[in-house]
Amino acid sequence: MAYSEKVLDHYENPRNVGAFKKEDDGVGTGMVGAPACGDVMKLQIKVGKDGIIEDAKFKTYGCGSAIASSSLVTEWVKGKTLDQALEIKNTAIAEELALPPVKIHCSILAEDAIKAAVEDYKKKHNS
Amino acid sequence: MLKFPIYLDYSATTPVDPRVAEKMIPYLTELFGNPASRSHAFGWTAEKAVEEAREDVAALVGADPKEIIWTSGATESNNLAIKGAAHFYSGKGKHIITLKTEHKAVLDTVRELERQGFEATYLDVQENGLVDLEALKAAIRPDTVVISVMFVNNEVGVVQPIAEIGELCREKGIIFHVDAAQATGKVDIDLSKLKVDLMSFSAHKTYGPKGIGALYVRRKPRVRLEAQMHGGGHERGLRSGTLATHQIVGMGEAFRLARVEMAEENQRVRELRDRLLAGLSTIEETFVNGDMEHRVPHNLNISFAYVEGESLIMAIKDIAVSSGSACTSASLEPSYVLRALGRNDELAHSSIRFTIGRFTTVEEIDFTIELLQRKIGKLRELSPLWDMFKEGVDLDSVQWAAH
Amino acid sequence: MFAPVYLDYNATTPLDPAVREAMLPWFRDRFGNASSRHEYGRAARKAIDEARGQVAAAVNAHPTEVIFTSGGSEANNLFLKGAAATMRPGLVVVSAIEHPCVREPARQLLKSGWRLEEIRVDGAGRINPQAFEGLLAEKPRLVSVMLANNETGVIQNVAALAAGVRARGGWMHCDAVQALGKMKVDFRALGVHGLTLSSHKIYGPIGAGALIVDKRVELAPLVAGGGQERNLRSGTENVMAIVGFGKACELAAAQVEERALHLAGLRQRLEAGLRQMDARIFSVDALRLPNTSFFAIPGVDGDTLVGKLDRAGFAVASGSACSSANPEPSHTLLAMGVESSLARAAVRMSLGSASTQQDVDGFLTALGENLASLRTLTAMTV
Repeated sequence: MAYSEKVLDHYENPRNVGAFKKEDDGVGTGMVGAPACGDVMKLQIKVGKDGIIEDAKFKTYGCGSAIASSSLVTEWVKGKTLDQALEIKNTAIAEELALPPVKIHCSILAEDAIKAAVEDYKKKHNS
Repeated sequence: MLKFPIYLDYSATTPVDPRVAEKMIPYLTELFGNPASRSHAFGWTAEKAVEEAREDVAALVGADPKEIIWTSGATESNNLAIKGAAHFYSGKGKHIITLKTEHKAVLDTVRELERQGFEATYLDVQENGLVDLEALKAAIRPDTVVISVMFVNNEVGVVQPIAEIGELCREKGIIFHVDAAQATGKVDIDLSKLKVDLMSFSAHKTYGPKGIGALYVRRKPRVRLEAQMHGGGHERGLRSGTLATHQIVGMGEAFRLARVEMAEENQRVRELRDRLLAGLSTIEETFVNGDMEHRVPHNLNISFAYVEGESLIMAIKDIAVSSGSACTSASLEPSYVLRALGRNDELAHSSIRFTIGRFTTVEEIDFTIELLQRKIGKLRELSPLWDMFKEGVDLDSVQWAAH
Repeated sequence: MFAPVYLDYNATTPLDPAVREAMLPWFRDRFGNASSRHEYGRAARKAIDEARGQVAAAVNAHPTEVIFTSGGSEANNLFLKGAAATMRPGLVVVSAIEHPCVREPARQLLKSGWRLEEIRVDGAGRINPQAFEGLLAEKPRLVSVMLANNETGVIQNVAALAAGVRARGGWMHCDAVQALGKMKVDFRALGVHGLTLSSHKIYGPIGAGALIVDKRVELAPLVAGGGQERNLRSGTENVMAIVGFGKACELAAAQVEERALHLAGLRQRLEAGLRQMDARIFSVDALRLPNTSFFAIPGVDGDTLVGKLDRAGFAVASGSACSSANPEPSHTLLAMGVESSLARAAVRMSLGSASTQQDVDGFLTALGENLASLRTLTAMTV
């Protein structure tokens, strides 16, 4: 399989690898996918008092495209409000990384990870 | 000096040994005759070379040269053996037994026979990859005509108990076919003792050229086959088509070298394999696939938990290995062989088959160990599953979000 | 060193040095299995694809229509049995002068309920158009006619025959093993559904061939397994031979006119000499390949003569190589109505790229000398 330059770059030098403390008040954690499907993404966002995403971290079990997709969204969500983050669509991720058709599901998973992280943060703050 | 990528995929194919190539070259230059040409020296010279090669192939496996039929490779040999015997003996019965871990060339052939009205039993193997002889006995029916069991598995390298199965088949009057494509030069084969009726061989897994193989067809007691390729009546009518002299000469020389050198070579290769195993065993959560005792000396198949298969392959581009059988690796299906051994899909996906060979060096093995240690570490650092494992979470109990 | 003159190019050909050059790297450094995903495998896959392009271009086909096989025999078997396996049994028609690797697979179809008819040929080895029309009326499902005969070199009007088969909804196959490289072979212009090619008759290696097949034809594979060649021919690809075959096709297409001219000139010289020795040359009235001369000297046994010529340093054939094991006279000649005593006298000379005027002249001299002694012998024994 031929990977694009951008996928290779994110794969070789993934951005924002790591984890925040799940329990922290400002942290939202999203974990999507399943080992049996070959991809599990964990995306965490740290949200400031102003409602802006200050920082993001990820860990991914998956192919090069899955790693690149999650690495990319950690860069994209930073500085965005929760609503703005929710506007990131998989098509934009796929386009940015030039994913081939068989790898589109990686971008969908990354979009789902954002949604799950935002939802987790919101749940913490509504309850 | 290391040459990249380092080739550790000798079960997919081997380079042609330079000594084999040297023997072949004259038949690609001045000795170009068609061995079927009976009217001139070009033809006779070619025919003589073909017959000498037949002797060399027979000698490696303890057969009579008359029992060796040339084919285009092990895939064709498997097709000819199984279809040819099943059709010839179909009057006696229409049941075939084989293993779930056989090569596609056997499995697909048996499936085709099923479409033609035969019945088939695909036997499970044990967790170590070996056939359970009691289960095999139990699967035999009065109408069983052919049993096909591979000598050596291509993915996990386990050696099946061919002698015992042979006894069983002979006692029951069942034709016994063995796919030995992965066995030549790796294990001793003596067809004067083994009660095997048909055996498939390939040259390109044993430092010979591609495009040539052979089928052993026992003469005493005589085994009959229905031909699958019809025409000029070459190979006693069992396989028509012009004989590729240079390839046949190459196979003969490759098998001759295997006979002379295999004891020493296997010793050296085993040491390299054990060195690799020791090195990779320092990595946590690795699992060897297949029995280590009944195994060819050059194979190591190992799964690395908590890393994903495709990213693993991407990470180790400096070595050329298989993450499944070469023939099926174009698809993303997990290896059916590892599944048959009871491995889950994740461990099947993250398995690597290392196969060592004649030209592998200690430096290459050491580089490979260091590469795997580094890359597995890096991928696990990225893996949320590795974190969870370290935290003591039982991954099987996790409710994964549907995707 | 005794180096006999090779005049049996229809049996097999020596490798073209350029073909050998193309093949040699695949012995050692580039040895990957084309199914492997690593660099070694990808290099092999790429080489096969290039060769596929070369083969397709040589016969005006699309690369996806090329199925590599172990040779011409297998390609012929694949078309006939493979197509038949996907159909209801019906009528299969082959010409009376086909190579055994077409006639035998066709005969095998009888077992599964097919009917087999042979198309008669005239005294010059040409298909009789009336006989063919008669068979077409019976709506054959499968028809196979060779483009050029291996023994006489006679070229059939396959394009016209194929048009008739197509019009009646049958599949037309053509064995072009002997034609390729000696005349223009155009898959589209022939209008056939399947076309068989072989590498070792065009200065490529033995062990590679191809079936060019129209995608509308549904084929069942003969060799099941790993799913190579669009699942129509399983088995690890013989990369080195395929690379050589590709190169040989490229050269054949580029040089066909030049080669034909050279061969035709030599054959004219040869046959002028043969006529002076009262040889009976078969099929002279038909359109023939430029390199082939099939002749008989009445009263002189072909096998004996060929043996004498071999000792004199000239390698020729007394029948087609594949059926030489069989002492029967040429079935092509018998189909042409040649009586068996004359057929037993037949000798086939097939010229090739390395043939020269000296070879031809030397052959004629040797033939003349041997004839004199053979005739004396015959006279004495009578």
